[in-house]
Amino acid sequence: MAPALSLSHVSAHYGATRILDDLSLRVDGGELVSLLGASGCGKTTTLRVIAGFLPATTGTITLGGTDLTRLPAHRRNIGIVFQNYALFPHLTVRDNVAFGLKQRGMAAATRAREAAEILKIVGLADFSDRFPAALSGGQRQRVALARALVVRPPLLMFDEPLSNLDAKLRIDMRVEIRQLQQSNGTTAVFVTHDQEEAFSISDRVAIMDSGRIHQFDTPETLYQRPADSFVARFVGFVNLVSLQVSQRNGAIVTTQGPGGYRLLLDQDRLGPIPDRFMLAARPDGLRISDADIDEGIPATVGIRTYLGRTYHYQVETASGPLTATGSLSDPLGAGRHVRLIPDLDQCCILPDKEST
Amino acid sequence: MIRRLSPPLIGFAVLVYIFLMGPLIIVIGASLSDTTFLTFPPQGLSLRWFDRIFEMAAFRRTMVTSFQVAMLATCFALLVGIPAAYALNRYRIQLPGWLSTLFVLPVLVPEIVLGFSLLRSVQVGAGLPVFSALLIGHTLLVLPYCVRVISASLSSFDFSIEEAAISLGAPPWQAFFVVVLPNIRSGVIAAFILAFITSINDVSVALFLTGPGISTLPIQILAHVEQFFDPVVASVSVLLMVLTVAVMAIVERTLGLTFLTR
Repeated sequence: MAPALSLSHVSAHYGATRILDDLSLRVDGGELVSLLGASGCGKTTTLRVIAGFLPATTGTITLGGTDLTRLPAHRRNIGIVFQNYALFPHLTVRDNVAFGLKQRGMAAATRAREAAEILKIVGLADFSDRFPAALSGGQRQRVALARALVVRPPLLMFDEPLSNLDAKLRIDMRVEIRQLQQSNGTTAVFVTHDQEEAFSISDRVAIMDSGRIHQFDTPETLYQRPADSFVARFVGFVNLVSLQVSQRNGAIVTTQGPGGYRLLLDQDRLGPIPDRFMLAARPDGLRISDADIDEGIPATVGIRTYLGRTYHYQVETASGPLTATGSLSDPLGAGRHVRLIPDLDQCCILPDKEST
Repeated sequence: MIRRLSPPLIGFAVLVYIFLMGPLIIVIGASLSDTTFLTFPPQGLSLRWFDRIFEMAAFRRTMVTSFQVAMLATCFALLVGIPAAYALNRYRIQLPGWLSTLFVLPVLVPEIVLGFSLLRSVQVGAGLPVFSALLIGHTLLVLPYCVRVISASLSSFDFSIEEAAISLGAPPWQAFFVVVLPNIRSGVIAAFILAFITSINDVSVALFLTGPGISTLPIQILAHVEQFFDPVVASVSVLLMVLTVAVMAIVERTLGLTFLTR
C-alpha cells in the first residue's frame, strides 16, 4: 500500500510575503489529488514545499510514517514531473531516465535494463539514444514521466505537466498519467489551473486561492455542492443571489430578495436553508419566463447569445447582472421585462457573504 | 536556393578582413625578415630572430611568468566567478539588482588606475611579493569577464533542471557538477579564453606591479622596443600568438573531452 501524504498547518514565505497560510491536506495512499487554482494561488508553492525546494516556515509534512519537514530535498524520494519537463539536455533519453537509478547506486547493467523497460512502457523504446532536443513535446513529457517513475517513488508530483501540449495530446496524456498512476498504485499530487483536467483524473480536488484551500472534495461534490462563493464561481455558478427567509412552511421556504421580490424554495430539493443565504445557479439553472407571474426574480433582458441548444441572456436585476437561459423557440428582445425561475435541481445554497 | 551576394557587399567584407588580418600579416612577415631592423615586407627569409628569443634570458623568463600568471589568474577568477555567476542567476529574484552590477564594475575602472591602486595597497601597503601582487591584479582584472560571460550562459539555463536532479536523489553540490556545469560548459570555455587572453596581453596593470627580477612578456617587449629596433619583438609576438592559440586548443579539447567521456 502506498503511503499517505499529510500536510498539517503548513505555512511558507518568500521573503516577508506569506504564500501558504496554515494549510492542511491529507492525500490517502494510492490517491491522486489535484491542487486547482488560478496562477498565484499557492498550488505550485505547495508542491515545492512538499518537494523540499522551499522550506515550510511552520507545520509538518509527513509521508507514510516519515517526517519530511526537515529532510533535504534530495533525500525525500519524491518523483516530480516538471511543467517544462526539465530533462537534462546533455544526456540521452536513456541516461535521463537512468539518472535516478544511478543516484541510488544501481549497477550499470541493471540501470540500462530498468530504463529500457520503463521506456517501453511509455512507448519510447526506439528513442533511447536521442537527446531531448530531438524529441517532440509529447515525447519529452513521456521521458519526464519515465524518469520520475523508474525510481518507484512512494509519491509522484506533477507541476502543470500538460500545459505545454496541444489540446488533443493533453487529453491522451492525462489518461496515460492516470493509468500509470493507478496501475502502480502510487500516491500522487497533481497541480493544474485547468478545471476539466483536474476533475477528469483526480480522486479528490483541492481548490486553492491566496495560499488557502477553499474546499477539498471529490469532483462530483465540488461540481454540485460548492462550499463557498469562491468555489461556486470557480465551478461555473456565475449567478449568486443574496436572499432572506421571510416565511417557513414545512419544507417550503418563502424568501425575499432585494427590491422585495419573492422566491419559493424547497428544502427537500436544496437541503436546509439558513435565514440569510446565497442562492447559486449556473446559467442553465435560471430559466427565463415572460409569462405574467408574480414569482421569480424580475429582470430586464440585455444581450442575447446563441449557444446552439439554447439562448443565454445577460439580464439586469435588483440583485445585479445575472446570466439566464431561454428556449430557442421563443427569442426575447432587449429591454423586455421577464422573470427568472430557478431550477432547484441545478442550484445550491451557500452561506451569505457577510456570515462567512 | 543560393542567395547571390551583391559585389559591394563582398568588397566590404574583403576590406573588413584586410583590416582585421593586416596587422597579423605584417607582424608575421616582419618576424621572418633577415634584416637587423623591423621592416615590412620582409627582406630575405630567416628564422634567426626566433632563435634570438631563446638566446635572450629576459624573454624566456618573462614568457614563463606571463603564462604562469595568466593560467593561475584565470583559474582563480573562474573559481570565484563560476559560483558568483551561479548565485547571481540562481537567486536573481531574491538578490538586489545592484549586486550583479558590482561584479562588472571593475571593468569601468581604467586599468591604469587599478594597477596604481594595487601598487599602493598590495605591494607597498601589504608588502606582498611581486608575483603574488601580479596574480591578485590579474585575477581582479579578468574576474568581471568571467562573471559576465558565465552569467550569460546561465541566464538561459532552466534551474528546474537542477531541481529535477535533486528530486532524483542528487545532493545539491553533485547536481551542480553533474547537471549545471556541463550545460554551461561553452560559457566556461569562452570565459577561460577571454580571461587568459586579457591577462597575457595586459600592460597597464603589469606596468605597476612588475618589479625587480619579475616581469611579464608585454612589459619586456615594451622595454626592448624602447632601446632596440630589431625584429625580435615581432617574432616574440608571433610566438605569443602561437602559444595562446595552443592553450585555447588544449582548453577546448580537455573541457570538451571530459564532458564527452563522463
